[in-house]
Amino acid sequence: MTVHEPAPAQSAQMPSTMTYREAMREAIREAMQEDERVFIMGEDVADYGGTYAVTKGLHEEFGRDRVRNTPLSESGFVGAGIGAALGGMRPIVEIMTVNFSLLALDQIVNNAATLRHMSGGQLGVPLVVRLTTGAGRQLAAQHSHSLEAWYAHVPGIKVVAPATVTDARWMLRQALADPDPVIVFEHATLYNRREPVEPGPVDLVSAAIRRRGSDLTVVASAGLVHKAVEAADALSADGASIEVIDLRSLRPLDRPTLASSVARTHRALVVDEGWQSVGLAAEVAASITEDCFYGLDAPVRRLSSVDVPVPYPKHLEEAAIPTVEDIAGAAREMLAEGGTDG
Amino acid sequence: MSKSERSLLKDMIRIRTLEERCAELYGQTKIRGFLHLYIGEEAIAAGALPQLRDDDNVLGTYREHGHALVRGVTARSIMAEMYGKAAGCSGGRGGSMHLFDADRHFYGGNAIVGGHLPLAVGLAMADQMQNRDRVTACFFGEGAMAEGEFHESMNLAALWDLPVIFCCENNLYAMGTSLESSESETDLALKASSYNMPAWRIDGMDVEAVAAGMERAVTTSRSGGGPVFLEFKTYRFRAHSMFDPDLYRDPSEIEEWKSRDPITSYASVLTERGSLSQADEEALWAQAQEEVDDAVAFAEEAEWESPATLTDHVYGPAPTRPGDDAKGEPILDPDDWAGDGIASNREVTA
Ligand SMILES: Cc1ncc(C[n+]2csc(CCOP(=O)(O)OP(=O)(O)O)c2C)c(N)n1
Repeated sequence: MTVHEPAPAQSAQMPSTMTYREAMREAIREAMQEDERVFIMGEDVADYGGTYAVTKGLHEEFGRDRVRNTPLSESGFVGAGIGAALGGMRPIVEIMTVNFSLLALDQIVNNAATLRHMSGGQLGVPLVVRLTTGAGRQLAAQHSHSLEAWYAHVPGIKVVAPATVTDARWMLRQALADPDPVIVFEHATLYNRREPVEPGPVDLVSAAIRRRGSDLTVVASAGLVHKAVEAADALSADGASIEVIDLRSLRPLDRPTLASSVARTHRALVVDEGWQSVGLAAEVAASITEDCFYGLDAPVRRLSSVDVPVPYPKHLEEAAIPTVEDIAGAAREMLAEGGTDG
Repeated sequence: MSKSERSLLKDMIRIRTLEERCAELYGQTKIRGFLHLYIGEEAIAAGALPQLRDDDNVLGTYREHGHALVRGVTARSIMAEMYGKAAGCSGGRGGSMHLFDADRHFYGGNAIVGGHLPLAVGLAMADQMQNRDRVTACFFGEGAMAEGEFHESMNLAALWDLPVIFCCENNLYAMGTSLESSESETDLALKASSYNMPAWRIDGMDVEAVAAGMERAVTTSRSGGGPVFLEFKTYRFRAHSMFDPDLYRDPSEIEEWKSRDPITSYASVLTERGSLSQADEEALWAQAQEEVDDAVAFAEEAEWESPATLTDHVYGPAPTRPGDDAKGEPILDPDDWAGDGIASNREVTA
């Protein structure tokens, strides 16, 4: 008789840790194991293992039809993903980065987002598009865009940005279950992040409070969530109590969660790695202002990337995108601004 | 008149009759927006579509009224769509450029030139991956051949051996831009053949030639031969759309092509064969007229959708809770379900 060592009670409760990359890969693997309709295609997803090594090894497990390398044809293979979704498959299309997704904007905006409506509800496009976003690695202007707002502008698609390993692990499953196109933005600086994974499932629509606080709400998404938490931790030494909200879903926006937080803190700082002009932060700030105007102790403030193509040198890149210090500085200024307590 | 001769002629007459009426209705402002007539090109839809099975996929451009009609979308629901009425084949949301019929595998009605070609590739991929022996017929004008999406789609379809039939309706003009001023290589079949797929030139004014060419392409594609490119040489007798004053074509060129009208040409072929009498032909026109009169009456009577439904069909029914699919079926074993805790709503920092 085999004797099994009982696992220590505590570690049985402890969620396992993994990296964001591993979580994403596990999510893809699980989806492909469970549902034959699921397949992944994109540039270099097979032998190369994916630009960010997310799909590494999957072609050996699932074969080259279901882990399908495509030529450099962003419009072609995103459109093929839409067609395959119409034909009953559940495609995951990987676009190397958001920068190259511009070549597929026609397919996403003119086809994926419109077909359901234009056909009077006869067609649906259950497609998942995964793409990497963000600056911070000295890749210069053409490889450092954060264009989430462009997509979040469009009715007919949903846009999510998993910031935690738990969300990386579970959001895909929900995205594949969704009847509509879901664009998943993966911030390039997150792939090596290691965290415990909480059990799923998760939803695709709600914002999450990542840190509780009572003096100021910082709203962020993706990579900036962690910078915001870091800034908040730093400010707690000065006695400031800062709440950090992770948007998770950029379309739709979870306005109730934002409003109930700001109703408690009376101040909101919206940080965003996209450009400030006509950006995501503007939309979030306007929503908060509409929902909480009479409860605000200070104007809602935006902290976005500077309106400049992201430059190559490290010091200039850092000057262009919001840093932990920028967030802490803006928060400090806001807390010093007028308004009565409560 | 054999059954197939009869239905080829009949379908061309039905398209012509429907569209002549559309032009009139446009003048009466019953139909609005863009309206692109297919008059002169009817032999292509009438000859090609009957070669497909009901479960094959069809995609067209904004010049797709004829394709929809031959595919079996009723004249009533086409006309109601052009009126923008709820009873239209796209619920009134699409209009003349966006006729859809999911049951008939009719995927539009697409108005971005070249934009539907990748969809055809994907539909064929879905069939190939699910081991279905369907083919996908994708119609587009020669103007689309200058678009990147054409080249990407041809490459993907050939690379992956997909059963797509690329049906190029070469009417020599993309709006006011002639073929010569648009393509470095004006032999379109030659150009297409560089993608390593069969590419055939077909007289698009000869409905029997269209039918035969399409039949051969369908057989090739369905039996695992991969994609086929067909160039149908044709001409539109009318302007590009109702907005187009048609200043760029020589009237004598238009007259020359009109002398090859696919309907009158085929009617005289059948008459010569002794298989069409004048009475037969008159009956076909009369039946088409009846069908269109009925469609117009239907569209006139049909209801407008209430503005309260404006934002319908933007999203499908979303899962009501995480872990379910859109139909409410659990996508996770309920035992894995983390109770009331949506993981993402948990705070990760104290
Ligand atoms: C991408 C794109 N560019 C421009 C247009 C405007 N446009 C509509 S139809 C057309 C001409 C297309 O010609 P062709 O593909 O030959 O088809 P045809 O209209 O002759 O049937 C143009 C330029 C468009 N709808 N989509």
